[in-house]
Amino acid sequence: MTTAQPIDAPNLPEPGPDRFGARASAALDGQAADGSPRESLIRARGLTKKFGQFMAVDAIDFDVAPGESFGFLGPNGAGKTSTMRMIGCVSPITAGELSVLGMDPRTDGARIKSRLGVVPQQDTLDMELTVRENLIIYGRYFDLSRREAGRRADELLEFVQLSDRAKDHVEPLSGGMKRRLTIARSLVNEPDLLLLDEPTTGLDPQARHLLWDRLYRLKQRGVTLVLTTHYMDEAEQLCDRLVIMDKARIVAVGSPRELIEQYSTREVLELRFPVGVQETLGSELDGLAERLERLPDRVLLYTDDGEAAAAAAHARGLRPETVLVRRSSLEDVFLRLTGRSLIE
Amino acid sequence: MSAAAPVARGQAAASPRRPIARGARQVFEFRALVYRRVWRGSMFSTFLSPVLFLAAMGVGLGTFVDHGSAIASLGGVSYAAFLAPGLLAAQGMQTATSESTWPVMGGFTWDRTFHAMYATPVSIAGIVAGHLAWLTARLILTATVFFLVMVAFGFVASPLGVLGIGASVLTGLAFAAPVTAFSAGQTNDTAFSAINRFLITPLFLFSGTFFPIEQLPEVIRPIAWLTPTFHGVALARGFSLGTLDPIGLLVHLAVLGLYIGGGVAWAMIAFRRALTK
Repeated sequence: MTTAQPIDAPNLPEPGPDRFGARASAALDGQAADGSPRESLIRARGLTKKFGQFMAVDAIDFDVAPGESFGFLGPNGAGKTSTMRMIGCVSPITAGELSVLGMDPRTDGARIKSRLGVVPQQDTLDMELTVRENLIIYGRYFDLSRREAGRRADELLEFVQLSDRAKDHVEPLSGGMKRRLTIARSLVNEPDLLLLDEPTTGLDPQARHLLWDRLYRLKQRGVTLVLTTHYMDEAEQLCDRLVIMDKARIVAVGSPRELIEQYSTREVLELRFPVGVQETLGSELDGLAERLERLPDRVLLYTDDGEAAAAAAHARGLRPETVLVRRSSLEDVFLRLTGRSLIE
Repeated sequence: MSAAAPVARGQAAASPRRPIARGARQVFEFRALVYRRVWRGSMFSTFLSPVLFLAAMGVGLGTFVDHGSAIASLGGVSYAAFLAPGLLAAQGMQTATSESTWPVMGGFTWDRTFHAMYATPVSIAGIVAGHLAWLTARLILTATVFFLVMVAFGFVASPLGVLGIGASVLTGLAFAAPVTAFSAGQTNDTAFSAINRFLITPLFLFSGTFFPIEQLPEVIRPIAWLTPTFHGVALARGFSLGTLDPIGLLVHLAVLGLYIGGGVAWAMIAFRRALTK
């Protein structure tokens, strides 16, 4: 029998006067409702996207404040990418209101796009050009002179640590390098708002951490980040505030810390029983915790004091193979809200 | 690095109505840059294949068929002088089709460069216009090379034959626009070899390129009249042999114009569908 101490618990800032939390939550609470113009970079009300009969985004509301780092978290097919494409002015909205940088995507798409950086889910790099040429050509689409595009290309390659690959073709680059190049490219117009659709999906841990570091630096410079992810650690690392989407709707909103406080307990006690024993357990576990969840391989007990619950279980004669007490994470919130069944 | 800090506002904000030509020029520049990297691959089709074709068909086959009755049925010119402008126009069709199939589909599904463009202020009209402007440049280049080879072989009957370059470009665009539209709706390339086999090859062989369509069975002839290839070939040949009457000129130009105009309209719809879904 082993007892593990929590090791994950990220050092999240205390609620209150934290980086953006106060301002961010204000954006969603009061003022917006009375219709007064607020300083939101993105404002959505009843935003809806349908593909034929399929409801991809079902009347969602959200606000993104300047300088904020805002996440859409959700399982595949929840409507994250459709939302991002509407913000990026490439997918027309079906119904509702959307304002991006104070403008209407239906009429001011080109003007909005001139101030956006977009990192799409699938890379859209040109394989026949070199790394540096990819940046220059992209800068040209934003009306930069060749000289200016070249200057920014060199700076950005340094920023994403690809300067030594400037003259290489894109094709042989690793997935992480291509992703960094895509991020560099999205910055070539010095955007006010950066849209990242699953920025680190498919990358190895080293590449992900390098990317997170670069994104964090951008955030510190005041760039507003909006990202989608289905990685909890990514959301915890990068997002001041996030919404959890499921089946085309927003099911929860808040900072990672707020969501954990609201939808989970402080700690989780995980009990793993020998094969065959768990199925025989009936009411022995009742009342040990606020909430109890039986997984195929273990039982999760949601409680504010995991050690006490472990002791109580022991006192009832339960003899699990392993006992683990850990802090609640965003993953617990996510799985509670979106369910554990596999979504394909 | 601070200079790259994307906090700065007020950079070249695009005007509400961004001119289509600006986006088209930027897309053209992109295609030209790519071509600078890959042009060696197109060397054969652009430069060597006209030489081979004109030598084999014009000189080889020409000497074989050039005798009394054949010359009479071709309107009193050598087979080479009859054939060369036809090939000039037909080459426009082939170049345009190959540049409007795989490269267009790839831009949507392989490296997705059209999606990359559309994430920027470049509009759909700018993307379509830039693509077709680039194809026009490509067609001018290949037609000019082909024409110079014709001149070198002595296959051009009149100075007006130089207008055959224009006929070749228009023939090419009459294919480029609708084929581009078709390719934008494809998610794989299975249809493209069928296009080549069942559309381009028959058009190449039976649109008056190698022999007058009067040789075709009467029931088939009206089909030839509906094809852009027939009109492009007739236009190029008419210029080269000086046999074009004003009505013929207008009809040929009108048919080619219809294919180009219809193709552009279809391409706008197909690109919008592919980019905004």
